[in-house]
Amino acid sequence: MLKIKDLHASIDDKEILKGINLEVKAGEVHAIMGPNGSGKSTLSAVIAGKEEFEVTQGSVELDGEDLDEVAPEERAHKGVFLSFQYPVEIPGVSVTNFIKTAINESRKARGMEEMPANEMLKMIREKSELLDIDRKFLSRSLNEGFSGGEKKRNEIFQMAMLEPKLAILDETDSGLDIDALRIVANGVNKLKSKDNAVIVITHYQRLLEYIVPDFVHVLHNGKIVKSGGKELALELEEKGYDWIKNEAVV
Amino acid sequence: MDLKDKLISSFMAFESNVDIEHPVHDVRTEAMKNFEMKGFPTKKEEAWKYTSLKNLQKVDFSIFPKEENALEYKQVKKYFLHEVDTYKIVFIDGIYSSYLSETTHDGVDICLMSSALTKPMYKPVVDVYFNKVASKDESLTTLNTAFCREGAYIYIPKNKMPKKPVEIIHFATGNEASLMLQPRNLIIAEENSELQVIERHQSLTSNEVLTNSVTEIFAADSAIVDYYKIQNDSENASLIDNTYIDQKGKSNVSVHTFSFGGKLIRNNLNFYQNGEHIESTMKGVTILGNKQHVDHHTLVHHIEPNCESHQDYKGIYGENATGVFNGKIIVDKIAQKTNAFQQNNNILVSDKATINTKPQLEIFADDVKCSHGCTIGQLDEDALFYLQSRGIPQKEARALLMYAFANNVLESVRIPEVKARINKLIAKKLGVSLGFDL
Repeated sequence: MLKIKDLHASIDDKEILKGINLEVKAGEVHAIMGPNGSGKSTLSAVIAGKEEFEVTQGSVELDGEDLDEVAPEERAHKGVFLSFQYPVEIPGVSVTNFIKTAINESRKARGMEEMPANEMLKMIREKSELLDIDRKFLSRSLNEGFSGGEKKRNEIFQMAMLEPKLAILDETDSGLDIDALRIVANGVNKLKSKDNAVIVITHYQRLLEYIVPDFVHVLHNGKIVKSGGKELALELEEKGYDWIKNEAVV
Repeated sequence: MDLKDKLISSFMAFESNVDIEHPVHDVRTEAMKNFEMKGFPTKKEEAWKYTSLKNLQKVDFSIFPKEENALEYKQVKKYFLHEVDTYKIVFIDGIYSSYLSETTHDGVDICLMSSALTKPMYKPVVDVYFNKVASKDESLTTLNTAFCREGAYIYIPKNKMPKKPVEIIHFATGNEASLMLQPRNLIIAEENSELQVIERHQSLTSNEVLTNSVTEIFAADSAIVDYYKIQNDSENASLIDNTYIDQKGKSNVSVHTFSFGGKLIRNNLNFYQNGEHIESTMKGVTILGNKQHVDHHTLVHHIEPNCESHQDYKGIYGENATGVFNGKIIVDKIAQKTNAFQQNNNILVSDKATINTKPQLEIFADDVKCSHGCTIGQLDEDALFYLQSRGIPQKEARALLMYAFANNVLESVRIPEVKARINKLIAKKLGVSLGFDL
């Protein structure tokens, strides 16, 4: 589904990603871990198409199509979803109206009719129950005055509504207490299928106890320096990142 | 002949059509003298540093329309707030249109300035209020006073509230190649009364129009007045709006100004707090493009203790649009415990758009809370990326962000239909359909 080949990306002429190779197949969950400043968030932003980052070498392909020059909204229409570490507040636009707009823009791009109101309502009800979201919450302005946990839960709610092919969760666990973490992880697990894929970006192993990855990659200094199974996450938790850094130098 | 000379010579013609024996005419003559002496303001004056009236003075404006013009309701229906029932005071090329209007004398007076200035029954009120808060030396105000004859007259007696909001609408038909209008409004809300007014100026063609309007509002003890100015005129229509508000104790007056179109718009909004526990609110949303120009000059004069004033102006400027915000707050020495807030935030969406923003605080009391802030910025790229990453195209994403930026100004709009109309105008102005009503 996603093929990243020798990806180099920079911002303001500073190279952040220095040759990433990664393949994610349908049905898989990949975790990308790494110390602060290793390029985790840059990688997720580049996949989602943030224009401030310049891809200087290599490519990102989705289902065989090179995403270079594809606008962020078109990537979304093709099924890419990025859950933000810091979601943006939009006063005056309710969660419901926002998600309706997002869904219908995607449908429009795919040549589909707008989703009928009753279908939309039913879907909103189902997905908000799945994530234990109060209906009142949905009429509030998007992210305005939300707590950290509410923002993250709202991100996953949007993901549930948009049903992406490839979901990237960027530090979704930060700012969540254990109960919220469990609800969010449970939501993600229920949305997982053999047809979609998830990339979980995290600093800590904690979230991976709930969203169990098939593969774990360690990012350091803009490169994937180690890949393995879920046991790699445990090893990192135990030993920290220093041994990886040292190994990388060698 | 330049515009000033033309106005001076027109004054004689004007005099042959009004009762020069009436005491109001002494006020006009006095005002004319002031305008003759001062003429139009120039950029040399601090208050007009960023707004030039030079080009407008070169236009050969008709000072009086030649004939009465009629309009069919269906031609202008869209400019009315048809979502809600209203009283209507409508003028076509400066002349009252009884056909399009709906006035009343049922417990309240919602009618015409021409009646108020001529009929004996209104004389006691006119003697007390007319030209009492409007400036007697600001040249454009005195120019309006000199030619005052028509406009809206609203009188709400003690404890009364009209059954519905009042719309004051001025249409310019374009039958004149270029037309100057000088409406004069007098609005009195007596003790504990309530009033809502929506004012609009609409030119129906691209012919040149210059409106120099003066509105006096008197809010007695505990009166509540909400005033909405919808400025969405055509590209050759200019508006100089001079509004003067006199507030007494515990009264609450708000003015919302929505500037979405026009060639040159100058808003001189002046609040005088003559009592304690007064609340004054000035809010504005400006969205301009092309070569449009807006200049918001606000003044709030805290004369007595324990009063509040709130100002919040948001501006979005595109293409070659230019904007000015100058907010003056005066707190007199005895006006202790004043709370005065002022906020002006601007987004420039083009490299060529400009905004000049200036807070001007003159505080003579020592126990006050005054805050002011102004910002000029661009749209937040991270926010834009967030919306796009959810599948919302860039143009719509930008519009949503601009809407969100202006949104808190709309929260205080108390007529839902006005709010809905403004939301639609904003969406239209931003050139998007967002799939839901904002």
